Amino acid sequence: MAKFARDLIFPLIAVVAAFIVGGILILLVGDNPIVAYRLLLGSALSWPDGIGYTLFHATPLIFTGLAVLVGFRCGLFNIGVEGQLYVAAFATAWVGITLAHRSAWFLVPLCFLAAILAGALWGAIPGVLKAYFGSHEVINTIMLNFIAVALVSYLTQYHYREANDPILQSSPIGWGAHIARLGKFIPGLPERIPLNLAFLLALLCCLLVYLFLWRTKWGYEIRATGSNPSAAEYGGISIRKQIVLAMAVSGALAGMVGINEVMGYRYRYYDGFSDNYGFTGIAVALLGRNHPVGVILAALLFAVLQHGGIYVDGFSEHITKDIVQVLQGIIILFVAAEAFFKWSLGRFGFRRLRA
Amino acid sequence: MLELRQITKRFGDVLANDQVDIVVKPGTIHAIVGENGAGKSTAMRIAYGFYTADSGQILVDGQVRDIKSPHDAIALGIGMVHQHFMLVEDMTVAENIVLGAEPGTSLSLDLKSAAAQIRQLSEEFKLAVNPNEPVEHLSVGQQQRVELLKALYRHARLLILDEPTAVLTPLEVEEFFTILRRMREQGKTVIIITHKLSEVLAISDEVTVMRDGKVVGRVQTKDTNAAELARMMVGREVLLRVEKPDPKVGSAQLEVRNLSVVANDGTKRVKGISFDVRSGEIVGIAGVEGNGQTELMEALAGLVDLSRMTGETIYAGKNINGVGARRRRELGIAHIPEDRHRRGLLLDFSLAENSILGVHYRPPIAAYAGNIFLDEGAIQRRANEIIKAFDVRPPNAALPARALSGGNQQKLIIGREYHVDPKLLLVSQPTRGVDIGAIEFIHRQLVRLRDDGCAILLISAELEEVTSLSDRLLVIHEGKIAGEVDPKVATMEEIGLLMTRGH
Repeated sequence: MAKFARDLIFPLIAVVAAFIVGGILILLVGDNPIVAYRLLLGSALSWPDGIGYTLFHATPLIFTGLAVLVGFRCGLFNIGVEGQLYVAAFATAWVGITLAHRSAWFLVPLCFLAAILAGALWGAIPGVLKAYFGSHEVINTIMLNFIAVALVSYLTQYHYREANDPILQSSPIGWGAHIARLGKFIPGLPERIPLNLAFLLALLCCLLVYLFLWRTKWGYEIRATGSNPSAAEYGGISIRKQIVLAMAVSGALAGMVGINEVMGYRYRYYDGFSDNYGFTGIAVALLGRNHPVGVILAALLFAVLQHGGIYVDGFSEHITKDIVQVLQGIIILFVAAEAFFKWSLGRFGFRRLRA
Repeated sequence: MLELRQITKRFGDVLANDQVDIVVKPGTIHAIVGENGAGKSTAMRIAYGFYTADSGQILVDGQVRDIKSPHDAIALGIGMVHQHFMLVEDMTVAENIVLGAEPGTSLSLDLKSAAAQIRQLSEEFKLAVNPNEPVEHLSVGQQQRVELLKALYRHARLLILDEPTAVLTPLEVEEFFTILRRMREQGKTVIIITHKLSEVLAISDEVTVMRDGKVVGRVQTKDTNAAELARMMVGREVLLRVEKPDPKVGSAQLEVRNLSVVANDGTKRVKGISFDVRSGEIVGIAGVEGNGQTELMEALAGLVDLSRMTGETIYAGKNINGVGARRRRELGIAHIPEDRHRRGLLLDFSLAENSILGVHYRPPIAAYAGNIFLDEGAIQRRANEIIKAFDVRPPNAALPARALSGGNQQKLIIGREYHVDPKLLLVSQPTRGVDIGAIEFIHRQLVRLRDDGCAILLISAELEEVTSLSDRLLVIHEGKIAGEVDPKVATMEEIGLLMTRGH
């Protein structure tokens, strides 16, 4: 735990530094940074709307952050989370529409399964291509993103759209496929806020990913492959299997975004719903140090920015919610520059040198 | 020429140099010996300006000098060649040499005059390096000479060489020493950092011995011997020769029949090799590195795809062609790989996690719910057993493998492979980059395992090591067995000829 706390220092510095640089920018644009930040954090952390929406926004980011994390731990860069979550969300809706009249006991587990399997399958494709044909996962996942987005758009437009609906979205899923909003259980939290059971599922997944990677033999094999494939092979581990497995698990985690979106929020498939969740997931995993606990913290931070940004947009004179993009960008830049930081600190003698 | 006075350097809690005094006389070859972590490299890096000392003085030609950076060192005529070369592969020799000291004006690069100068230096010291050759076409030995030229081109009068022979084959070492002697004749001063005693005795005029950051001895090479140096380095008596009883040989554990292996680049590296290893004996394979040893070992360990092999491998009477690494381990074949960083260890994983590699998926390590989960208790027990039995230091299973010295990393690997009670042990370069004290220990462990009835196939580039450990010695040359000799009676010349000529 002490090691984890030490690992948090650099991300923390990155965040603080980003806020300072962002503050200077706000000043240059002609607004008061303190007012802007108070607006940003105050609105995102107010009860019940702020907190409710922030946690709702954090939900998909936890899933995508975990998805990227699992890939990274196997030495794979899964840029295809975006495509995986689209395919999975559509599959969830498809099951929810096709079997609309079945009871919740039947439909909820089936929809969960649809989300997980569709994501896993879409993730496993580039895994197989890498493991057995040696083509790089970064290229293939990017390509599959395009295919996924176009495919689900097409299906929605021509096969699952309600007649005369001006919005590009599917018909609604059956009542049996709805999962409860947390407002139902928490006094003071209105049910109009879409924070739902998927958030608890996301937290559960953090625990499961931790157990999987660090407490099971499969996780050991995935991490060994990510750490040193030659040594893993020497230890009798099939690298090909690990690549496919890691990509499938990564895709399954990405797919669970569909549960939050379709079963807990819109109750239908809404085309183009993802606010770049898959790509933000990369930043979440990096900022969270590829650790499940770090992913929760990073997802919460990005959710605060995302939700608070809306208010900054509405209530300040010059700056728009683009400031959030700027802050996110600077955070990522600082996290990426960590190696440089360490190096420059070392030059001034802050580091224990390698003997 | 160079004098370090009372140099002290601390890295965090570690005292790397403790009041080190080193005097290097001009026109001599001076060896600095010591085990890994003794502080040799640190002292020399201070002299070269890589580190600054916490206290103490550096004198060059009798004058106190303030060396703050390698730049200052070069200006004073000090050059350093590192263990890992710093060359740009796709640039020519001349381009590499002038890098950072480009001739001509700031706008035009005068490579021609540089090349002429390099050619002249190369002839003066008989280095036989063509300045216009791309570096990637050069052998390791030639690349090292480029590094030497780099220093000479910058008018170095004192050359510091950090473990220069670690990457060289026995023949290249001989050539290299000839070059060093020629440099001494031309008035250069050479400091050579090493832990190989035979080389110290062969090349140096004076020796400084370091241990635990301190200088523990200063001797003239002609007045000392290997046993005395080893004792100073380790701090106790060290047995340099392996003592072993006659082997009690059993039946053939491994039979290799007409085995050929094609490497990843498509070249055939092992060409129809046949031999047996019986239980209770150590069969050594001597050879210049790159003659198929690596591919042979990988093939026997199950790490080569079946499509790249022909011939038969028979283990305990059964054909195991096409049997993968995991199954071979289950059958009792253990493997100590030649490259511990690439193959043998997960450097970022803890010692505990490394100690279970290869057995991580089965009981007692994997347990609960159909053997899915790792049993932390069992892992800790296993790691601590290995650490204790093989004296891995520091004895802390939670440390990452990266934090250990080479010798201790090797002890961890050997401990892990011994822990499964192997019936056949494949071992490559067991003591590469390992301290003398640990070498003695590793050799004794190999003999112990053999006396317990294990069949051992040993590959080593250290001729002394294979001849003293092996019960039978095969010599490999260009992927073929060039001959079998009795290691008790064969001379080094005889083996050397087989290694280089193949007959």
